[in-house]
Amino acid sequence: MDFNDTAEEAKFRKEASDWLSANAEKKEHSRDVYRPAEMTGEAGESSALQDAKDWMTKKYEAGWACLHWPKEYGGRDATAIERVIWAQEESKYKVPGGFHEIGQGMAGPTMMLYATEEQKKQYLPPMAKGQEIWCQLFSEPGAGSDLAGIKTKAELDGDTWTINGQKVWTSGAHYSDYAILVTRSDFNAPKHKGLTYFFLDMKSPGIEVRPIRQITGGANFNEVYFTDVKIPDSQRLGEVGDGWKVALTTLMNERLAVGDASGVDFQEIFELTKESDFNGENAISNGGVREKLADWYCEYAGLKYTKMRNISALSRGDTPGPDASITKIVSANKLQDIANFGMDLMDNASIIKSDDKDDIRALFQGSLLGAPLIRIAGGTDEILRNIIAEQVLGMPQDVRVDKTVPFNEIPSGSKN
Amino acid sequence: MNFEFSDDQLVMKEEVRKLFEKEDSVKRNRNILEGDENFDKDLWTKVVEMGLTAITIPEEHGGIGLGFLELCVVAEEMGRAIAPIPYSSSVYLATTAIINSSNDDVKKEYLPKLAAGEMLGTFAHSEELGTPTSNNAKTTFQNGKLSGDKIAVPDGDIANLFVVSAKSGDKVGLFLVDADSKGVEVSKAECFDGSRSYANISFKDVDAKIIEDSSSGAIDKLLNQAAVLFAFEQVGGAEASMNMAKEYAMGRYAFGRQIGSFQAIKHKLADMYISLTLARSNCYFGAWALGNDAPELPVAAATARVSATKAFYECSKENIQTHGGMGATWEFDCHLFYRRARLLSANIGGQSLWKDKLVSSIERSNLPQ
Repeated sequence: MDFNDTAEEAKFRKEASDWLSANAEKKEHSRDVYRPAEMTGEAGESSALQDAKDWMTKKYEAGWACLHWPKEYGGRDATAIERVIWAQEESKYKVPGGFHEIGQGMAGPTMMLYATEEQKKQYLPPMAKGQEIWCQLFSEPGAGSDLAGIKTKAELDGDTWTINGQKVWTSGAHYSDYAILVTRSDFNAPKHKGLTYFFLDMKSPGIEVRPIRQITGGANFNEVYFTDVKIPDSQRLGEVGDGWKVALTTLMNERLAVGDASGVDFQEIFELTKESDFNGENAISNGGVREKLADWYCEYAGLKYTKMRNISALSRGDTPGPDASITKIVSANKLQDIANFGMDLMDNASIIKSDDKDDIRALFQGSLLGAPLIRIAGGTDEILRNIIAEQVLGMPQDVRVDKTVPFNEIPSGSKN
Repeated sequence: MNFEFSDDQLVMKEEVRKLFEKEDSVKRNRNILEGDENFDKDLWTKVVEMGLTAITIPEEHGGIGLGFLELCVVAEEMGRAIAPIPYSSSVYLATTAIINSSNDDVKKEYLPKLAAGEMLGTFAHSEELGTPTSNNAKTTFQNGKLSGDKIAVPDGDIANLFVVSAKSGDKVGLFLVDADSKGVEVSKAECFDGSRSYANISFKDVDAKIIEDSSSGAIDKLLNQAAVLFAFEQVGGAEASMNMAKEYAMGRYAFGRQIGSFQAIKHKLADMYISLTLARSNCYFGAWALGNDAPELPVAAATARVSATKAFYECSKENIQTHGGMGATWEFDCHLFYRRARLLSANIGGQSLWKDKLVSSIERSNLPQ
C-alpha cells in the first residue's frame, strides 16, 4: 500500500502540471475557485459559458481535452488513470467548467459507439474543442426515474423523421448547439421495445425552449417542446426500436460523470463550529455537535478513500467497481444535512439571505437549496439504491407489471 | 498509487478464510456459546499452527516478521468467522504492547512464547462502568509491585500473561504480570457474547515488569493500533451479516415472489453495502497509517473504528430484520453476529468515546487540508 505514482504516472503528472502552471492561475485555497466577470443572471451565465468554451479550446489545442478519447476524434488516447491524474491537477487551478460534461461525458461516448465514421469525424472533434455544447433530451413530464415511459413521438416518412412531444429538466438546452434525444417510434410495442434514439441540431425549426426556475432561483434547466421537428434518418443512433439499449450506454456514462455533490462539506462545518458561539462557548466543544462532526468526517473520509481504491484499481488496469452510485447518495445527503445543521448553528443570522459568495451564509444557504436537486438529478437516491442492490449485490429486479404490455395500454404520469 | 493489499497479503487472507470455512467457525462459535468451554482450543491450535500468532513478531524473537497489513487481512477473516478464540486479546493487544515496548528483556522473554502460542496474553485496562482511556487507571505500580482491580478483561480467565495499565508516579504506564504470580485473583464473568470469555481480575501486590512507563502516549498508541485491527474484524463481521441477509432474501418467498425483489428489502441491503463500503475504505487508510506508523494514525484509527462499529451494528441488526421471525430465534445464526457486533463495539471504548477522540484528533492535526 502506498500513495505514490508509478514512474510513468509521475511523468504524466509533471507534464500536466507544467502545462497548467503555464496556462492557468493556481488556487490559493480550496474555496478560491474560478469566478466569471459577471456573477449573476444571464450575463453571468454567458460570461461563464464563453470562458469555459475558451478554456476547453485552449486545452484541446494543447492535447488536454477529452483525454481518454482516440486522437483521431480530438482526444489523447490517455489511460483511465492518466485521466484521473489530469483531473486532480486541474482541480488545483482556477478554471471554468460545468458546460461540457453532457457532451463530452455522455453524448460523446454514445456517438463513439453508434455513429457512422463520417459522423464521428464531423461531430466529435468540435465537441472536444468545446465551442459546441450538447444537451440531453431524455426526461419527460411522465417519465423521470421510469425513463422508458417516454411519449415523445417519432414518425418516419421516407428517410425523414418527424418529432412531436415534450421533454423536461433539460440542463443547458437554452445554450446548446446539439442534443441527444430518445423518442417513441412504436406505441404498440412493449415499453422498452418501441424507442428510437437520435442526435439533432438544437436550431432545427419547431424546437421551443422554455426555462424552468429552480428551487435555487436560478434557471439552468428547461422544458423543450417539439412541433413537427424534422430529423434525417442518418442521425438515428442504433436500430429503430433499439433506443433503450443506446440510452443505457448514455446513462452508464452519466453515472460515471456524476461525482461529489458540490457545496458545503466537512471542512466548512468544521470551521463553522470552531467559530460560532454556542452558549458562550465555541459550538465544537458541545458533545452533540462533536458526534455529528465525527459522523460527517467518517462519510467524507470514506468517500475519499473509496475513490482512491477505485483509482488504484484503474492504476492496476482493473475496472473500478460500480461504486460511483455510492458517492452521489452519500455526498448529496451529507451536503443537505451539513447545510441544514450549519444554518441551525448560525441561528437567526442564517435567516438573513446573502448572495455574497464570500459570505459563509450564502454558501450554506445555496447548499441547502441545491441539495434536493442533486439528490434527484442523474438518478434519484432510490434509483441508485436499486442499482446497488441489483448490479452490485445481484438481487432480483422488482416485478414489472408493465414489461410485456403494449405501451399504449400502460397508465402513466400523475392521475391527480 | 496502490491503495490495495498486495497479492501476497490477499493470498494469506484467502488461506485464513479457507481455514475458518473448513473448520466451520460459525458452528464452533455456537458450541462455545452453548457449552461450558471458554474458548475453542482445537481451533486455537490450528490458528497457532498456521503461524497467525507470530505475524507481527520480529524473526529475532521467533516470529515471522511481517507487518500490520498482514494482521489486518487476518483480522477481517477473524471477524467474518466470528471465531471463538482469544486471538485479538493475545495478538492485537498483548503482543502489540510488547512489540511497542522499549524494554528488550521483556521482548526477548515473552515474544517467542507468544509467537509459538505457548503463552496467551491479554490487556487488563477497564476498572469501572465507563470508558477506558489513557489516564483513568487507579491501579498502581510502585517498586516492582502492582495493585488494583480490573473488570471485563477479555479472555482474562484464559490468558497466562497480562498487560496491565497502572499509575506509576504521575503517569499511567503499561506493565506485565504473569497470571500465576502470587496475588492474582481471577474470577470468570458471564459474557454478553457467550462465544467469548471475560473475567474480573484483582491484583494485590503482584510482581510486575515494566513495558512502558516513561512515554505517556503508550496506551493511546496501543488503543489506536488495536482500533484499526478491531475495525477490520468489524468489517469482516458486517460483510458476513450483509451476505447472510442477501442469501436469505433471495431464497425466501412471500406474496408470490422472492422478498429480495421488494425495494423495501433491496434498499435495506443497499444501505448495508454503503455503510460497509465506507467502513472498508476507512479501514484501508487505517491499515496504511498503522503499517507505516504514520502521524495520521490517531485520526485514521478513530475514523476506521467509528465507521466499522456503525457498519457492523447496522448490518447485524438489519440482517435479523431481513430474516423476520426466524432471525430472532436462538436456532438461526443471526444473533451470533449481533452479539459479536455489540462486544466489539465496547471492548476498547464505545462509539461516543471514539467519536470524541476523532474530533479531538482532527482538531489537533488541523485536518483536512
